[in-house]
Amino acid sequence: MDFGQLLTNVLTEMTGPTAIAYALAAIGLNIHFGLTGLINMGQAGFMLLGAYGFAVSTIAGAPLWLAFLVAIGAAVVFALILGLPTLKLRGDYLAIVTIAAAEIVRMVGRSTALTEITGGSEGLTGNSFKSTFQDASPLPDDRWALGPVTLATNASNSWWLRIVGWTLVLLACLFVWRLVRSPWGRVLRGIREDEDAVRALGKNVYSYKLQALVLGGVFGALGGVVFVLASSVQADSLGRPVTFNTWTILLLGGAATVLGPVLGSLLFWGALVFVRGFLRGAVPADVLSVQQVEQIGWVLVGITLILLIVFRPQGILGDKKELAINAR
Amino acid sequence: MPAEQVVDQARRSLHAVARTPGVPKPDPLLVADGVRRSFGGVNAVDVDHLEVQKHVITALIGPNGAGKTTFFNLMTGFDRPDTGSWVFDGTPLGGVAASRVAKAGMVRTFQLTKALARMTVLENMRLGARDQPGENLFTALVKPLWAPREREITDKAMALLERFKLDAKKDDFAGSLSGGQRKLLEMARALMSDPTLVMLDEPMAGVNPALTQSLLGHITDLRDTGTTVLFVEHDMHMVRHISDWVVVMAQGQVVAEGPPGEVMADQAVIDAYLGAHHDTDLGDDALLDEGGVIDAEAEAEAEAEADTEEKKP
Repeated sequence: MDFGQLLTNVLTEMTGPTAIAYALAAIGLNIHFGLTGLINMGQAGFMLLGAYGFAVSTIAGAPLWLAFLVAIGAAVVFALILGLPTLKLRGDYLAIVTIAAAEIVRMVGRSTALTEITGGSEGLTGNSFKSTFQDASPLPDDRWALGPVTLATNASNSWWLRIVGWTLVLLACLFVWRLVRSPWGRVLRGIREDEDAVRALGKNVYSYKLQALVLGGVFGALGGVVFVLASSVQADSLGRPVTFNTWTILLLGGAATVLGPVLGSLLFWGALVFVRGFLRGAVPADVLSVQQVEQIGWVLVGITLILLIVFRPQGILGDKKELAINAR
Repeated sequence: MPAEQVVDQARRSLHAVARTPGVPKPDPLLVADGVRRSFGGVNAVDVDHLEVQKHVITALIGPNGAGKTTFFNLMTGFDRPDTGSWVFDGTPLGGVAASRVAKAGMVRTFQLTKALARMTVLENMRLGARDQPGENLFTALVKPLWAPREREITDKAMALLERFKLDAKKDDFAGSLSGGQRKLLEMARALMSDPTLVMLDEPMAGVNPALTQSLLGHITDLRDTGTTVLFVEHDMHMVRHISDWVVVMAQGQVVAEGPPGEVMADQAVIDAYLGAHHDTDLGDDALLDEGGVIDAEAEAEAEAEADTEEKKP
């Protein structure tokens, strides 16, 4: 087995657009759950709307900046539609509404009635909306190698997308870091602990929850844009499993921490590729077919996560003390 | 006029007030009119008229289920009444959201303490302060805009924590405090916003006797520094000890009002709530003996009741 190649694959995936997209989505989910205690089970819906917003507006002729704004705007509107009626109710309702709403977005996106706009279940091919982003790249069209990783500079899974993606992640982390340590973040944490207490102190809890939902949704939409810039917009590729993976990543890295979502995403995708590659190399193909290896990869990741939750429930970066005194 | 004189005057002016339920006060801070709230068929709260005098400590007592906490919830916007209106400090607050009631200067604590467990004691305190520019999403991003105010409220929080003897715990998670300390923290946190009226829901419940004394001190301190206090309590010793005026509720209605000594001697109140033995120390071993004072009194009471039953047609 070629361990060099395996490690190269792991490294490529860990730093790749998928990991970036999930990191951004998990940063958004961290604002929802880690900071505010909102249970959003539809982060994939925000991602998908961001992706559609970006792709559809680009195809309609919008410049790059406008396409990004449309993606963000779609998430804001979606968050408001979800939040306005449900955030006055107790927590669980938001979970039910978000998971349903994300499914509605996916179903509507893939419906035949909208084939003209969203491409229906076929989706939108990458080449139909990637040009503005790739044209914005200052890099020459080439293939560059950095260490063992060799990639195109501008095409789909490129250095350019990685540079932009990781810059977004860095900015998002700085943003969250600043907010967590501000009075605004303090109100959110208060709401996470007990919203009635915060209400009794004269804070408009509803408005803060809405702000958190919108903000986290916007990061989800940005994640969705990065996700599709590496491949294509396809409604089913941003379905429920994406939401659950995002949750896993957040809990793995550590909710309520700034860097937890990023670390979680790196490890999650690194581990998944490693397990699959290792099994493919170590187990003969007549024992486990390629498809079975794929599934066993998920199984092993699942088991690892169960162990992690049992033995390190606060996640890798989380504060054990903060979780141990859980009064609820 | 210094705060002490204001308080003295407010307390003295209560002497002249009639001892009837719903009586008008010389200087009312909170005036409730026709406040009704029913759960199913039960009238949880049915208060025709109630006024709370400014600058004094008013106790709200009554048996379990009398509607005291529901009344608190209604006044502070945590629950909506079926009908009714109330005016706080000249502002009508009927139907106003809880957060805006708190902003208006009426701040409450809860019967089941709501310390924010996974935040430090100091963070709990800071959260209580009002007018924080950093609580706006956009100004929060620029630290210089809110850092000066943050320093102010931190100083204030430390001063309050010192007063409540919690300053050594400032960096501990609130969840690691004892029940009594959480009560203190909740009260201190409510004071961060300089409220006009503090509403304490059973401040003594679950507090050990050693802390009780200092809690009482804190509550009278509040009054003496110009804050009006309204509290719900079952501990009659405490009510007698610190309150200037007592309002008795039963089955949702105000049944009696007056100074603590007079109200507790009121036969209607004793029947509705206190019982004949409210003054007896049940911890006294002598009472456990067969034929002790309690037994004798209970027998006498039973006989008296039997007599009245017979007299009724």
